[in-house]
Amino acid sequence: MEYILKNGIVFDPVNNVNGEKKDILINDDKIVEEVSSNAKIIDITGKLVMPGGVDLHSHIAGPKLSVGRLYRPEDIRKGIKPASKNGIDGFEAGFSLPTCPTTGYRYTKMGYTTVTEAAVPPLEAKHAHEEINSIPNLDIPTLTLFGNNWFMLKYVKENNIDDLTVFISKWLKLAKGYGIKIVNPCGSEAWGWGKNVDGLDDPEPHWNVTGREVITSLTKVNEKLGLPHSVHVHTNDLGHPGNYETTLETFDCVKEIKKNKKVDRNQIMHCTHIQFHAYKGSSWRDVTSGAPELIDYINKHDHLTCDIGQLTFDETTTMTADAPMEYDLYRLTGLKWANKDIEVETASGLIPSIYSKKSPVSTLQWAVGLEFFLGIKDPWKFALTTDSPNGAPFIRYPRIISWIMSNEKLNDMLDNEVHNWATRRTSLGSYDREYSWNDIAIITRASPAKILGLTDRGHLGIGAKADISVYDIDVDSFDTTRLSNSEVLEKKLLNSMYTIKDGDILVKDGEIVKLVNSKHVWCNVKGLENKEYSLIQRIKPEFNKYYTIKYENYGVPNHYITPNYQVDVEVEK
Amino acid sequence: MTEKPITDYDEEIKNCSCSYCGNNCDDITYLLKDKKIVGVRHACRLGASKIINDEDQRLLNPMIRNTEGILEETTWTIALDKTAELLSKSTRPILYGWGETSIEAIKQGINLAEITGSVMDNQSTICHGASIQAFQNVGHPVMTLGEVKNRADVIIYMGTNPMDDHPRHLSRYTAFPEGFFRRNGREDRTIITIDPKYTNTAKVSDEWIKFNINEDYTFLNALRSILKGNELKDEEVAGVSREKIYELIEIMKNAEYGALFFGLGLTQTLAKQRNIDILIQLVEDLNQYSKWSMLPMRGFFNVNGFNIAMTSETGYPYGVDFARGYPRYMVGETTTIDLLNRREPDFFMAISADPGVQFPGYSIQHLTNIPTVQIDTHWGPYTELSDIVLPSTRVGVETEGTAYRMDSIPIYMKKVIDKQENCHSDEWILSEIYRRILQIKETNGDN
Repeated sequence: MEYILKNGIVFDPVNNVNGEKKDILINDDKIVEEVSSNAKIIDITGKLVMPGGVDLHSHIAGPKLSVGRLYRPEDIRKGIKPASKNGIDGFEAGFSLPTCPTTGYRYTKMGYTTVTEAAVPPLEAKHAHEEINSIPNLDIPTLTLFGNNWFMLKYVKENNIDDLTVFISKWLKLAKGYGIKIVNPCGSEAWGWGKNVDGLDDPEPHWNVTGREVITSLTKVNEKLGLPHSVHVHTNDLGHPGNYETTLETFDCVKEIKKNKKVDRNQIMHCTHIQFHAYKGSSWRDVTSGAPELIDYINKHDHLTCDIGQLTFDETTTMTADAPMEYDLYRLTGLKWANKDIEVETASGLIPSIYSKKSPVSTLQWAVGLEFFLGIKDPWKFALTTDSPNGAPFIRYPRIISWIMSNEKLNDMLDNEVHNWATRRTSLGSYDREYSWNDIAIITRASPAKILGLTDRGHLGIGAKADISVYDIDVDSFDTTRLSNSEVLEKKLLNSMYTIKDGDILVKDGEIVKLVNSKHVWCNVKGLENKEYSLIQRIKPEFNKYYTIKYENYGVPNHYITPNYQVDVEVEK
Repeated sequence: MTEKPITDYDEEIKNCSCSYCGNNCDDITYLLKDKKIVGVRHACRLGASKIINDEDQRLLNPMIRNTEGILEETTWTIALDKTAELLSKSTRPILYGWGETSIEAIKQGINLAEITGSVMDNQSTICHGASIQAFQNVGHPVMTLGEVKNRADVIIYMGTNPMDDHPRHLSRYTAFPEGFFRRNGREDRTIITIDPKYTNTAKVSDEWIKFNINEDYTFLNALRSILKGNELKDEEVAGVSREKIYELIEIMKNAEYGALFFGLGLTQTLAKQRNIDILIQLVEDLNQYSKWSMLPMRGFFNVNGFNIAMTSETGYPYGVDFARGYPRYMVGETTTIDLLNRREPDFFMAISADPGVQFPGYSIQHLTNIPTVQIDTHWGPYTELSDIVLPSTRVGVETEGTAYRMDSIPIYMKKVIDKQENCHSDEWILSEIYRRILQIKETNGDN
């Protein structure tokens, strides 16, 4: 099918298109230079046009989500909406824990076309891929959890980077994973004994390996393999006052590692939901923001990127493979605690979270997140996320955009809505930066795509995937800096005028008009097949001894990942 | 009596899954001769008998009950048309069962429930539904079975008897196997059975603690109270002496990794989900002292998978009512037994389940008054109640599909032999009914 999106106001930062009136031409699933006279013209004169949204860190499929839905029916009840009358999209259910189809509907209506599921234990990767099959309309890369894996710990202890490299390459194939995820390295394994590690150099009780060794080893492996995405790190000490120092050390511990020359990204480490790792002080009584120090580091260094993990004032559900942290939250709040320890690989925990404007801690966290938005000078160094649903459900992205585009709105909140810790204990009040549409296009499209190493999206250049979002916003006349426009802005961004993915119109005027199956985006390393075979022969006896399923039944069979989006990576043999 | 090993086979298929209990053992070898299963290795008695001797009472052709009340063989077209007609005419249909079928079939069932406004429910409603209610009340601290194998030094079985019901639980997953941190297997572990009955599990345990039936909550409350630092003044609680209770709590506090398994012995006594509420709270409290996790002992091989698929697709774990077109869930309102007791349903279809065995008499009585359909592999009491019988295939034997083990590990179950000629998979049967319902709706202009 051929289309001409006519006269939209286009923001395509990769190609230096900053608010130009332009036509976008689509042939089949690509953006092209020319179309035939049969092309259908869609008149979007003056409307906001950006590449399809790219979320590089969200939690949308897999065992954590299932546990969450199972134990929080009160959350499911919040988001009930009957099926559309057009007979295309079904009912919606859930707020912070939407059902799988609901997740697809809501992201699509927001103009998003790629969403990364950021934490999948390989043992339950089938579960994640099976759920992805129920989520429509997205490209979904999954990040595979390695930060507490016993085989990994063994290789790191032996400083055996060669075998670790082969292991990671094979395990990404088994889990059909896209990249390496590290969560509280060594801490979640220590949780196997009800313990945690305190910082980067606190050894795990059995292997006597530290977070620093895990992160540096896996970063070396990642660059050796030349995976499109860098290591994706949830640092130690999440959510603890004083943790900004651990975060700084983590930033610093990989800076000497050389980036693989073949890869397209700039960073060698991506630090996720940085907001939760940026607190000063020794307790929640004397806590203050540690964001300025981290912002300063990020502004001065180019080897890392981050995403924010912004929170909003909602009742949501926290869920993470940082299981000991979730038990800490349980001790703190007394709310209902879910925990799931996964043999040989990882652990995870969940707890509901109520972020209130009246709560000093919530407002501090809220302000810390916004400090990063306003303090990191180069928007290419980070991406907008809420660590959905941890900081907030992903449907709050437009609300956050409305805050950072309007100083008037933000000051109004600081003056009239939120607890005074936001101003007293952070430097949020000192910023007067306002985001332009070009900046928004960077932090929600171009930057996350680049950080992920997905070069075919996040921009509207010739040959790019025809993933495009159009919003019913008259760019020239709509003043995004006005307080009175913030709610309108949020509504418009929640309900796109058009969401186009692979050249298919999926949303029109805020309604879903087509459903397609989501693609499973994963990384296939080529060139190490013989070494992988020999490694498996060596470790299979151990595998079958310590896992409770057979190696032969462990990997994700191919039929779970249809349609398949395989990214091939060639390594030297 | 020792049985002779089976030698008369021409093919071995390894790493198959067992489609009996919630263990979902995936290390089973099927022995085939002339494409028929003649033997099985590694499976327990229950699993093996289900895999091998499964041709008895097999449903082989679709049947419809005639005017004289006799089930009469018919064609698939007639049986499916009739099922679709009855379902489309009903106003309060129930689609019940699903514990012994694949996730793929369950998802097809959800589609059907949605377009027919049915209630979709599974065996949780009469087994671990109470546990799920408790998870919703107070929390859900669980683990995979490998965590127990590799780490656990204290294992408690409460109100459950796996030696009889999940025979390989202790040998493959928990008590006996060598674990990474428990090299000597059973010798490195303390096993305690807490049960009013002296079960076969109690026999292989280091200790059996007998408590008075229906006094579970009192007993658990005493444990929790002591853990919180209170003094127990009574000489005994629930029939257990004070000394024994103190001794038990010390073992629990000093465990390096404790695992607690519980079963219907806890969910079906008088305090029902309150027993599980306090059990979870006990486990949560214990984590201040050491590491503890818990797990319900799930029965059928995919009864847990149903809860997972339902929450992924609809948000709720069981008893999901689509009467308004979107899912609603309220235990006591939208759950099968309650609906049957209120005489609400006017259509009942059981898929891989036998309500004739599982349900209370008063509920079954209503089934005799309304149209009933069975989709299953074997003749059973519910067949005697069914107006239409649709013979299906065995998942993990004749049909491939996904199941979730009791600890929610997904298992892909292989197809090993060809299906019976005139049987079809649950997924196929449900998709055919779905297709027919859509046609009826189109004809009636319901869309």
